[in-house]
Amino acid sequence: MLAFLFFGCSQQKGTTSYDDPGKPACGDTIVMASIGEASNLIPLLSTDSASHEIAGRVYNGLVKYDKDLNIVGDLAESWEIAKDNLSITFRLKKDVQWHDGKPFTAHDVMYTYKVTIDPKTPTAYAADFQLVKKAEVLDDHTFRATYDKPFAPALISWATAIMPRHLLEGKDITASPLIRKPVGTGPFIFKEWVPGERVVLTVNKDYFEGRPYIDRYMMRIIPDSATMFLELKRYGIDMMGLAPLQFLKQTEYPRFKQEYNKFKYLAFNYTYLGFNLKHGPFKDRRVRQAISHAIDRKEIIDGILLGLGEEATGPFTPNMWAYNGNVKKYAYSKEKALALLKEVGYEKGPDGILKRNGSPFEFMLLVNQGNTVRIQCAELIQRRLSEVGITVKIRVLEWASLINEFIDKRNFDAVILGWSINPEPDPYDIWHSSKQGPKELNFISFENKEVDEIIEKARHTFDRAQRKRYYGRFQEIIAEEAPYVFLFYPYATVAIHKRFKGIEPAAAGLMHNFIKWYVPENQRRYKANAALSP
Amino acid sequence: MLRYLLKRLFFMVPMLFGITLISFLVIHLVPGEPGAFDTDMNPKVTKQVRERIRAFYGLDKPLHVQYWMWLKRIVKFDFGISFAPDRRPVIDKIKERLPVTILINLLSLALIFLVGIPIGIYCARYKDSILDKALTSFVFAGYAAPTFWIALLLMMFFGVYLELLPISGIKSFNFSELSFFDKTIDVAKHLILPVCISGFGGLAGISRYMKNSLLEVLRQEYITTAYAKGLPESMVLKKHALRNALLPVITILGLSIPGLIGGSVIFESIFSIPGMGQLFYMSVMARDYPTIMGILVIGAFLTLLGNLIADISYALADPRIRIG
Repeated sequence: MLAFLFFGCSQQKGTTSYDDPGKPACGDTIVMASIGEASNLIPLLSTDSASHEIAGRVYNGLVKYDKDLNIVGDLAESWEIAKDNLSITFRLKKDVQWHDGKPFTAHDVMYTYKVTIDPKTPTAYAADFQLVKKAEVLDDHTFRATYDKPFAPALISWATAIMPRHLLEGKDITASPLIRKPVGTGPFIFKEWVPGERVVLTVNKDYFEGRPYIDRYMMRIIPDSATMFLELKRYGIDMMGLAPLQFLKQTEYPRFKQEYNKFKYLAFNYTYLGFNLKHGPFKDRRVRQAISHAIDRKEIIDGILLGLGEEATGPFTPNMWAYNGNVKKYAYSKEKALALLKEVGYEKGPDGILKRNGSPFEFMLLVNQGNTVRIQCAELIQRRLSEVGITVKIRVLEWASLINEFIDKRNFDAVILGWSINPEPDPYDIWHSSKQGPKELNFISFENKEVDEIIEKARHTFDRAQRKRYYGRFQEIIAEEAPYVFLFYPYATVAIHKRFKGIEPAAAGLMHNFIKWYVPENQRRYKANAALSP
Repeated sequence: MLRYLLKRLFFMVPMLFGITLISFLVIHLVPGEPGAFDTDMNPKVTKQVRERIRAFYGLDKPLHVQYWMWLKRIVKFDFGISFAPDRRPVIDKIKERLPVTILINLLSLALIFLVGIPIGIYCARYKDSILDKALTSFVFAGYAAPTFWIALLLMMFFGVYLELLPISGIKSFNFSELSFFDKTIDVAKHLILPVCISGFGGLAGISRYMKNSLLEVLRQEYITTAYAKGLPESMVLKKHALRNALLPVITILGLSIPGLIGGSVIFESIFSIPGMGQLFYMSVMARDYPTIMGILVIGAFLTLLGNLIADISYALADPRIRIG
């Protein structure tokens, strides 16, 4: 039996050194892993990250971000924004073909727009396109979208994956075979989907930006993160996001370092403690500022993230162009916190508990189950606040009940949550006072006239320098008002097998030049047709 | 016998109906709705979108109407379309996941019986010997230790450290290219750890049953008679004791039938096995009502069927039940 077991292990590994950068060559397979299975490969209809990751290799938008987060053409050769800022005219690349050989035209863009705003399409992405007043196909390679008002995030909304009209028009998109067999224009062609196991893509040799070097892209589904890590250590997968402890300790042995490169970069998200501004003491700005002073962010980052994060200062991350780091900061200081609370009328009693008019200062802090980082943050915050005399009770809740029973019903004092943000800023949904309705995202009930005005103005301004000024002021006000305690910006930490060369970490992350990654011939692991016939 | 069977079958109908009604109510009581899991905190989801999605799934109708719609479909064996974004027929989703679950459960059931019964017999025959105590400790350790922990330890040892066995999955990804012989080896290698670990946890039950039931029988007077008339020990054990002692064990086999389609979430997640446990867990998390109901109905049906088969096999083996 044992003899059989050894037999069949055909991967070559061990002695190869991966330090030689070698020459770009075509070939090899990259094996990714995902905790969850993709749900639907028409990106319009899905919201999970696995589906979007795969669809992102198969489809293109009209525009995309480059490595420095500038908006550049993807399927669009160029575009023109009209003088009145009301319309965008896209000139599309010619000679782009769908994976089935049909030419790509402006009619495909038109179809994508139409199906997105069609009330019968169950999509989460209709909002931006609903602002389009008129969409027109000027000729086969020119497309124009006209808006009622100038809308600054309009351009990037056309990064949406463009769907093939010839395969979808007149059919029910929710029952389309493309859900499981996408046909796009992208650098990789869909090959197979083995449910519960993997999705495989193969190289598009005629890709309009040039043939990607890597021949095959495979995403394995590994639902358990401990197993995924073991697979990485066993070289069963080539790329994986690591937890702080894995990044700093569990991968620090020679064999691992010989086989993998580790990368870290700022991700586009932040974690915060949000106050319910309708709740008693939190109505007062000074109380919120005091709590911001009483929480030690450095301790949270060092203790929980093991240093893999940065202290947050506001609702934008430092890698965004709109970021303004020059705002009011809340250094950890018990004295400042106590002084501010005293101003409001809180006095420390003999038992060390803050009281105003005889009632103690206490509140309930909600966190969602399963997110260890947030739960640990809550515990550190609880301790720091108890030092200034505020009693915090932590309640850990399952996600759906946290959102439906507490956040949506505004039935909370404070909550720890995180936002993922788009590199192209639009704080409208989270910070505008009109967004306080049920299920809307300004659930802390933040209202500030100046902020409302700035957000609206910035939305309708195309000049980036002017927008940056607006958003700079926006961040100053938010910092001053302290409606959230901004806790940290975490780093994304990733291990990638060393045989992949040409990786350029940049503001946009790692995958922005994926088609330029290559494996030198002598370091190749999977032979050209070893895994699957073409 | 036939009347007994018909009566039992007849009573299964209201029971199945009751199970579905309760399940339907309970899963709709859970907060959250299909699709909501992903879209709750998504800035791009407006209220109209949410209403549109609800109407699309028929969730805007009152609960009893929804149940009635579901019931009308299910009596025609139509399990409906999944609420998950893949929009596939529920029956397809279940069908593609059943074989691997049944395979692993059958193999581990076989392992449990093949190893558990001899352990039970040995422990009964040599009661209170050192090996009896050691075996008892062993099977109870398997019962008590958390599966995921043992699984991870063994994966680390055989997978990462020795590099002998694959860590997860049920096939290598170059499976379709292998010869038949290599395919068998490939699957076997992938199945060794999952089957052994799930079997390990089940040894305690069956070996205890076997031991107690055999001890019971060994105390009977006809065993003493058998010894007294000078039969060799192996003959006494095999012909007289074991046959009688196996009866309750056979019942357990019948009761294991519904378990065949159920998989453990933790276990399947750790080994990345695309089985029923994961499907059920995902469906619950995504509030995919048709899939949840589909799995529950099949599970309920098999449980009732398993009970029936257990009773029948009892009746076949024991005339007292058949007649009474």
